[in-house]
Amino acid sequence: MFEILEKRMLAESIWLMRISAPRVARAALPGQFVIVRADQGGERIPLTIADYDAAEGSVTIVIQTIGLSTRKICALGVGESLADFAGPLGRPSDFVTMPLDELRSRRWLFVAGGVGAAPVYPQVKWLSEHGVRCDVIIGAKTRDMLIYTDLMRQAAECLHIATDDGSEGFHGMVTALMKELIETRGEHYDECVAIGPMIMMKFVTMTARSYSLPTTVSLNALMVDGTGMCGACRVSVGGRMLFTCVDGPEFDGYEVDFDEAMRRQAMYRTHERNALEKHKCNCYGE
Amino acid sequence: MANRIPRVEVREQAPAVRATNFEEVCYGYDRDEAMLEASRCLNCKNPRCVAACPVGIAIPDFIAAVARGDEQAASEIISKDSLLPSICGRVCPQETQCEGSCVLGVKFEPVAIGKLERYVGDWKIANAPAAVERPESNGRRVAVVGSGPSALACASDLAAMGYEVKVFEALHKLGGVLVYGIPEFRLPKDKIVEREIDSLRRLGVEFETDVIIGRTLTIDDLLDKEGYDAVFVGSGAGLPRFMGIEGENLNGVFSANEFLTRVNLMGAYDSESSDTPVFVGRRAVVVGGGNVAMDAVRTAKRLGAEAVIVYRRSEAELPARREEVHHAREEGIEFRMLTNPTRIIADERGWVKGISCVEMTLGEPDASGRRSPVTVEGSDFEIECDVVIMALGTSPNPLIASTTEGLAVNRRGCIEADESGATTRKGVFAGGDTVTGAATVILAMGAGRRAARAIDEYIKGL
Repeated sequence: MFEILEKRMLAESIWLMRISAPRVARAALPGQFVIVRADQGGERIPLTIADYDAAEGSVTIVIQTIGLSTRKICALGVGESLADFAGPLGRPSDFVTMPLDELRSRRWLFVAGGVGAAPVYPQVKWLSEHGVRCDVIIGAKTRDMLIYTDLMRQAAECLHIATDDGSEGFHGMVTALMKELIETRGEHYDECVAIGPMIMMKFVTMTARSYSLPTTVSLNALMVDGTGMCGACRVSVGGRMLFTCVDGPEFDGYEVDFDEAMRRQAMYRTHERNALEKHKCNCYGE
Repeated sequence: MANRIPRVEVREQAPAVRATNFEEVCYGYDRDEAMLEASRCLNCKNPRCVAACPVGIAIPDFIAAVARGDEQAASEIISKDSLLPSICGRVCPQETQCEGSCVLGVKFEPVAIGKLERYVGDWKIANAPAAVERPESNGRRVAVVGSGPSALACASDLAAMGYEVKVFEALHKLGGVLVYGIPEFRLPKDKIVEREIDSLRRLGVEFETDVIIGRTLTIDDLLDKEGYDAVFVGSGAGLPRFMGIEGENLNGVFSANEFLTRVNLMGAYDSESSDTPVFVGRRAVVVGGGNVAMDAVRTAKRLGAEAVIVYRRSEAELPARREEVHHAREEGIEFRMLTNPTRIIADERGWVKGISCVEMTLGEPDASGRRSPVTVEGSDFEIECDVVIMALGTSPNPLIASTTEGLAVNRRGCIEADESGATTRKGVFAGGDTVTGAATVILAMGAGRRAARAIDEYIKGL
């Protein structure tokens, strides 16, 4: 059992949880994820790692309550435990094994959408700790839905905020802000990393491509085991069938078939809606 | 003495009933039936069944004990060579092993060796002592990776020798393929698998779930940081294979592993107690002819779909256990033999609406000795379906080999190990599907036991 050490609401329906998981905390690297199960009978769901502390033996996850399983997790409180917390899974981000000289010679732009800010954080933190310059764009619908801005401001060289309604920062989509930074303000980037909703990653990749900016995306595919056994997370990358859990979760955005990935992600949507309606819900996580 | 009575029929759930539930198909023999069936054995001087058993169980001896009503003795005889008789009795392909070599089978029906083994195995579980004397610890520690048949067998033997054994399982539940792969209707989980694991617990074996070796811990961590003297890798088969045809990423196409894992491991057949969804559609086509294909197609049927097997060779070449094919037919599974998919057809929303196939004919024998299927030109046709399940075997999971220095893999990507299970890395042993590729429970169990002996010798030599 994996005890919940801390639980905080970051924005409406978005929760942060710090979990006691010493083995995962010691092994985790940027880019990896965990598989979480709330209770016996619970679904195994993949969640990206938002932070890890090997000394304390804790791993931080950020969850948006969208279906029954995420609600079940968020209904648990400090002192209670998750039934399962397995990881770290997936390949770490490529940069953790790249020569530091090479990394430092490049300027990175991270583009985070919604809860995607959480998994971007350990990457930016790792890079800035290793003396690599990175700018970050965090996008959200409105200012109340922005998360991780304070931590990111500390870790990034420059944090840019975009809100769809203009309630904070740049008024518009993250892609428009990318354009503004590169075209109007003359910023130059060598690498782009986009993490967020599939549709956002698709458009960030398209925008980045128009500037020939290499783009890495982190896919949040459906999974069951997360170790390569089931193949539920398969994705077309450059025309090849790959498994998000063992070959990813990070891929070259230029090569990913996003439309297929989005279609596959929605496979159980009807089922999820029904399950949620059927569920006698007392877990709006107070 | 042997007699001329016919093979004692085993009681089963009626096909029409069992096709709608997940209860075990076969009830097994009761004591009278077992004793009667056991009396059919000729007790051959030179028993061909023993030679045909992958682990060489003294079959006539245990059957003689059953015939005289001495289950305890029968159980002890089997235990010398097999640790999981209740499981192997249910899942071994007896028709190509022991029963396939039974002399009685030449003219009559072979002795029901599998059913008798199962009878003894179930007796052993039902009569297991509440506590066993734990062997005195020899202070040496062995880590076992995985909790399927090879891992359980290795752990059990090592614990009995006095080793402190800890099993690391990647999933949340113990049992490996016995739990995520083989369905409840063929191998009951609580009644059989969980009880076998309990018996290891009583021996002092420790278990830790949610640990992915190669990610959470590496083999090196186990040897260097966690203080194990040796490691056994029994991590199982690996990644599901697909055909490489158009449409395999459509919604409604699953690997058999995914489909079965959702249903077996996650319990998706019972939506009251499980949150995991499974989509079975109205008509499911399962591609393949092995045991996994039979498990998948019969599971689809039980979930309410019309269920079809598509296999590129003919019935004679079906690699599945004969009993499973027979049961599947009884349950109303449609078999489309000599049929090979060429493309999966999408509807306008990207979901499966059918599968294009060609007819096949059997040509010259291939390397495996089976006649290889050849496409009949111009024979294209479509089968309407909304789910396609690929049961085409697996390719090795690279996770452990790629994170362990000095651990060699063979051409197929399986971990290289000698007959004893020793790998190219000192102190690391391996066995089961991770070495052989997908095979049988009994071969995996045998490999786990051989590795236990090799590990014992290795550690004594340290």
